[in-house]
Amino acid sequence: MRGKHFLLAAVAVAALVFGAARLVNNGYVFFAGYVVLQYVVLATAWNILGGYTGYVNFGTAGFFALAAYTTVALEKLTPLPLPVVMLAGGLVSGLLGLGMGYLTLRLRGAFFSIATLAMAVVAQTFMVNWSFVGGSSGAFAIRPPRTALFGIDYIQYLFLLMLGLAVLVIVVARLIERSRLGDGFAAIRDDELAAEASGVPTLRLKLLATALSGAFMGMAGAPLPYYVTYLDPPSAFSLAYAANTIAMPLIGGTASWPGPLVGALLIATMQQVATVTISSAVNLLIVGLMLVAFVIAAPYGIIGWFGIGRPDRRRGRKRAVPKLRERDA
Amino acid sequence: MASSLTIEGVSAGYGAVRVLEDVSVSVGAGQTVALLGTNGNGKSTLMKCVMGMVRPFAGRITAEIDGTRHELVGRSTEAIVDLGIAFVPEGRRLFPRLTVTENLMLGAFRKTARAAIARNLDFCFETFPRLKERRGQLAGSMSGGEQQMLALGRALMSAPRILLIDEPSVGLAPVLVRRTIDKIKELKDGFQLTVLMAEQNFTQAIRIADRGYVIVHGQIAFEGGSAEELNNNELIRKFYLGL
Repeated sequence: MRGKHFLLAAVAVAALVFGAARLVNNGYVFFAGYVVLQYVVLATAWNILGGYTGYVNFGTAGFFALAAYTTVALEKLTPLPLPVVMLAGGLVSGLLGLGMGYLTLRLRGAFFSIATLAMAVVAQTFMVNWSFVGGSSGAFAIRPPRTALFGIDYIQYLFLLMLGLAVLVIVVARLIERSRLGDGFAAIRDDELAAEASGVPTLRLKLLATALSGAFMGMAGAPLPYYVTYLDPPSAFSLAYAANTIAMPLIGGTASWPGPLVGALLIATMQQVATVTISSAVNLLIVGLMLVAFVIAAPYGIIGWFGIGRPDRRRGRKRAVPKLRERDA
Repeated sequence: MASSLTIEGVSAGYGAVRVLEDVSVSVGAGQTVALLGTNGNGKSTLMKCVMGMVRPFAGRITAEIDGTRHELVGRSTEAIVDLGIAFVPEGRRLFPRLTVTENLMLGAFRKTARAAIARNLDFCFETFPRLKERRGQLAGSMSGGEQQMLALGRALMSAPRILLIDEPSVGLAPVLVRRTIDKIKELKDGFQLTVLMAEQNFTQAIRIADRGYVIVHGQIAFEGGSAEELNNNELIRKFYLGL
């Protein structure tokens, strides 16, 4: 499918989703759907860095919450329309990604991951001590009942924005996969030294990946204050965001855009159902158990069952499994 | 017009560890120069210095490419590849989960190389017919010899003038070592390349080398102007061949 057709199809699917949600005629659908869509964005954004270049980022909560706090700060300074605020949040988190990448991308494997985790802790400490945005006691964001334009119910508006963002991030991820940029990312993932020797500008591409990934995570986090109406550091920087965002692409499959999409839809929906029927406390347990199950049952994720992104089944043909073990270890 | 490479007084290492001490090597236009030495003597580090992957503490590295001189120290690896210097890393280092064609295409990632991508791909397939047969196959699933051919092909995709090859014989059966070395000679003649090759396999390397350097503990222990000179050298017989 060509880029334009894919975009049209994605928008059509999004329109169907929104129409279906309105048909249910129950406000809670939008509350729950918002969280699911938010995870679609986070998982797809994470996968741009984690899946395509192979750098595992544990700092999702940092990017996500920093943008949420950008919203709080902007609200205190000057009232702006939410889409603009989301762009601002994306910019701030994108810059954080760029800076973090510059400082940490010389590290590889687990060392990079630890550095990203530390970054989130540093950002949280910073917010706890910044009284302008509420400090440790948190900040309130007043959610208007309806939007100024068209008078749409505000939660539907938030849902719609997140839906649009999900379409955008998926289209961008797919574009990357099919471009030379995606080839460069794959080369970095497979063998960074060889990529460098082939003339792939590895540092520049990795910085681009961290900045893009961070920016989308930020855009997903920016509406959060209006969704929760009360934002405090422990909940905004919750480790659950990082854990979920890593688990979803791994369960869905990291090789291609449908992976994080499927993973996020599955896990986030299960979590929403569990929150209502059992308790929100089981959410992380669900992720943990699913991750264990899927590592065994689907080492290439759910999309691997359909032959997408499996090295031994590429382009539908059966091939011998390459010996990757020595280098992967 | 052929190209040459000059390394003058390079000292380099990793952190506090000094690996190379005042190393000077020159590769004349159209020559094949062998860098000989056993493991851990600094051959790979020297190659990485040329490619901008390791920054030397001291010394100069200059390349003359088609009549223009370029200082290499301080340039990024991708800029050095852009100038026309290609590198085949030790142990081949292919992208195992990508296909043969994808591996080759990544060798032409630079803008300058992309201009001639179709011609270079044809040339690669012509030189290595086996790669053409296996173009849709994953690089990681090929035999060692085929992988070495692919690594060479990938380096050629950037249409280089100077080719650096780090230990082409590593992990290959003796018959394949001979074939690989022959192929390097063939490529060098066909492309009019200037080649710097690090190798442990003295007897094979010396078959195609015009000149050679023996590197011991990060210093040039001997410089041989011809294959015979190297063969008859006392140092080599003692340190290297253990005679």
